[in-house]
Amino acid sequence: MITLAAETRGFLSPAGVEIVFLLVGLVTLGAAVVTVTTRQLVHSALWLVATLGGLAVEYLLLTAEFIAWVQVLIYVGSVVVLLLFGLMLTRAPIGRSPDADSGNRPVALGVAVVSAGLLVTLVVDAFRSTWIDVSPARGTTDIMGAALFRHWVLPFEALSVLLLAALVGAIVLSRRTAPSADGAGEDR
Amino acid sequence: MHLAYPAVLAALLFCVGLYGVLARRNAILVLMSVELMLNAVNLNLVAFDVWLRDTLHAGQSLTLFVITVAAAEIGIGLAIVLAVYRARGTSDVDRLRDLAEPPAVPDPAQLPAEEAAA
Repeated sequence: MITLAAETRGFLSPAGVEIVFLLVGLVTLGAAVVTVTTRQLVHSALWLVATLGGLAVEYLLLTAEFIAWVQVLIYVGSVVVLLLFGLMLTRAPIGRSPDADSGNRPVALGVAVVSAGLLVTLVVDAFRSTWIDVSPARGTTDIMGAALFRHWVLPFEALSVLLLAALVGAIVLSRRTAPSADGAGEDR
Repeated sequence: MHLAYPAVLAALLFCVGLYGVLARRNAILVLMSVELMLNAVNLNLVAFDVWLRDTLHAGQSLTLFVITVAAAEIGIGLAIVLAVYRARGTSDVDRLRDLAEPPAVPDPAQLPAEEAAA
């Protein structure tokens, strides 16, 4: 059965935005695969930057402009820096480390391939003839600010409390013990 | 734009993150893979919000909330990993076996016999 939208546009009608989405998606996916397979731990964090930046471009192509800039600011700006700090503080090996993957790598590969096949089959079958109309932008800062502070004020404020709790928790967890306890606080 | 493009990309990114969570040994790399999975979910949320033309913009608002919760999660997670590294000297997830069951519990009836045989 072919719906009306599919009749007018065909199955894979390559518009310009779709081609750009596909190319950026390939780059993003490749960077994600390198992120989880490379044996150099710091390179993994840097490839994660490429993945998250590619996702920000995808958000821009989906006209979610505000989400794209939030993605750049929070993920690329702070989360990856935090991850790099974590790698440095745990003294991760800089060069190639042969034991970056654990022993259950074949099982993980099998689970990932099976779930990828299942999900892609399901998603393609479900949304074969569904189209997104991206002509009016739906995620500008204007629209998102109005929606966020008109309908979603209470979750927004609750999230600020959550961030404060997470901040205090991170400080308490990473605080060093007193050096006079039993000399355990002298590391680094 | 075809909805299948962002949906398939999100599904593949999720599975890449799943592989990373299961296969990586360093805890910080596991956290990176969790971030990949959360980003796949975010892409789905944005794509379906734009498709459904939600007047409340629930999908994009939820994406913002997921990004915030992920930032909080990465902060707490890194603090926990640092505390574990400081206490144990390693951050490999498969060496933290304190809560694991011992691999083979010897039968107490057979134990003296084995020791006698050995």
